[in-house]
Amino acid sequence: MLAVDDLRTHYGPVRAVDGVSLTVLEGSVTAVLGANGAGKTSLLRTITGLVPASGGRVTLAGEEITRLPVEEIVRRGLAHVPEGRGVIAELTVAENLRLGGLWRRKEAAPADEIYDLFPRLRERQGQSASRLSGGERQMLSIGRALMARPRVLLLDEPSLGLAPVIVAQLMGLIRRLADTLGLAVLLVEQNARSALSIANRGIVLNLGQVVADQEPHKLAADERLRHAYLGF
Amino acid sequence: MTKFIDLTLSGISTGAVYAAVALALVLIWRATRIVNFAQGAMLMITTFIASAVISSSGSYWLGFAVALAAGLVFGAVVERVLIRHVENAPPLNAVILTLGLYTLLVAAAGMIWGNSPRSFPAAFSLQGYKVGATRLLFSPNDAFTVLVVIAVAGGLALLFRFTPLGLQMRAAAFAPEVARLLGVRVGRMLTVGWALAAVAGALAGVLVAPSVFLGPNNFDPILISGFVAAVLGGLDSPPGALIGGLVLGLALSYVSGYEGSALAPLAALVILIAVLMVRPGGLFSAAKERRV
Repeated sequence: MLAVDDLRTHYGPVRAVDGVSLTVLEGSVTAVLGANGAGKTSLLRTITGLVPASGGRVTLAGEEITRLPVEEIVRRGLAHVPEGRGVIAELTVAENLRLGGLWRRKEAAPADEIYDLFPRLRERQGQSASRLSGGERQMLSIGRALMARPRVLLLDEPSLGLAPVIVAQLMGLIRRLADTLGLAVLLVEQNARSALSIANRGIVLNLGQVVADQEPHKLAADERLRHAYLGF
Repeated sequence: MTKFIDLTLSGISTGAVYAAVALALVLIWRATRIVNFAQGAMLMITTFIASAVISSSGSYWLGFAVALAAGLVFGAVVERVLIRHVENAPPLNAVILTLGLYTLLVAAAGMIWGNSPRSFPAAFSLQGYKVGATRLLFSPNDAFTVLVVIAVAGGLALLFRFTPLGLQMRAAAFAPEVARLLGVRVGRMLTVGWALAAVAGALAGVLVAPSVFLGPNNFDPILISGFVAAVLGGLDSPPGALIGGLVLGLALSYVSGYEGSALAPLAALVILIAVLMVRPGGLFSAAKERRV
């Protein structure tokens, strides 16, 4: 569904993403792991067009999207939940959700579908998003992304700052979304153990380069990789 | 007592004009973080256009409608052609650009229409209402001014609160990157924001022109008062612009009436400084941190 081929991004002289290639299949979760500064967030931002690619190509369902504007990439079925959750604090929960599906017009998911997935949001739909807890904000960000019925979901550090029990629930949800909706999920995480527990494939980045691309159980079993890059 | 009532009514009327200018400044500020120093000159141009239409057609209402339409187009063109290039540049670039646009428009107006002030017709009678034997300093045209500004502010509030366009405009203003990630065409929203702001400015121009006359520099004091009103209400708050305009109009009316009109500009300055010292975000803007 999503294919990245030899993607490169420079910030001045710094190579943030340096020849990364990967594919994310429909109904699968690909985890991108690595330490701070490994280039994980830059990779997602380049795929979405927030940062211009210096080289390489990105294709979505066979169509090249590398140099399209962000809005056009999103409108082709790619949803990106940014680091820090990205809820718009000045809007209500319901408005944040509505915004997610606006460009889809009548084909957007009904809000009730999202509220069924996250009942806490239904209770808080009239409240300002600024009053949500960290976990609720994460639910809102993901729910808002799902309003547009995307084909590919990019998640940037969704577990950041969340309690372990919430992280476990969140990872379960991400797995279910891939299984039930057929979503292709590209999951960037520092919490490698949690991410690998639901992933079909694990990719380790270091200094913008892929240093490992394997099945999760093989990554977890590689003591050198675990100690050097995964922190467990 | 009659004087107090007169000053109050007069203050509400001029405050409505300040509110319209403040609204124009606020719409642009919250969308692009730019103070549009060319706002006064832009509304001067649309008012000159209205004057030309009224002169040639004889219809005030046609001129009024053309002024608003011209404002809509003018605001959009200015954003697309000029402002787009400095939206992500250092703030000083936008300041210089809008000051340059101001200079250009004032010079162009002088060359096209001349520098001598000319009269501009009012929509309704300028003679005050009569209550018993007393004639108030509040005319049908003042009532029209207040009502039309309230209607426009209300319309904008409804647009922002209840329409998909308004929701996208708010998202683009509050969090442009997140908005883009949700498929919002942020550039288009900024264009619409500038266009609506220019409509509010054009409205202020045709409403105030009968009392200040029409000339290339005649609207500069209105821009300053509008700016004070916007700061008073909060540069981020459209309702604040409305209330800030009315409060400023009343304050300046009382100062003019009781202490002399020469003190009015000084009073505006004192209000501006007092607000910046006591509540820099304005009376109706929620205080919040901003990364610099």
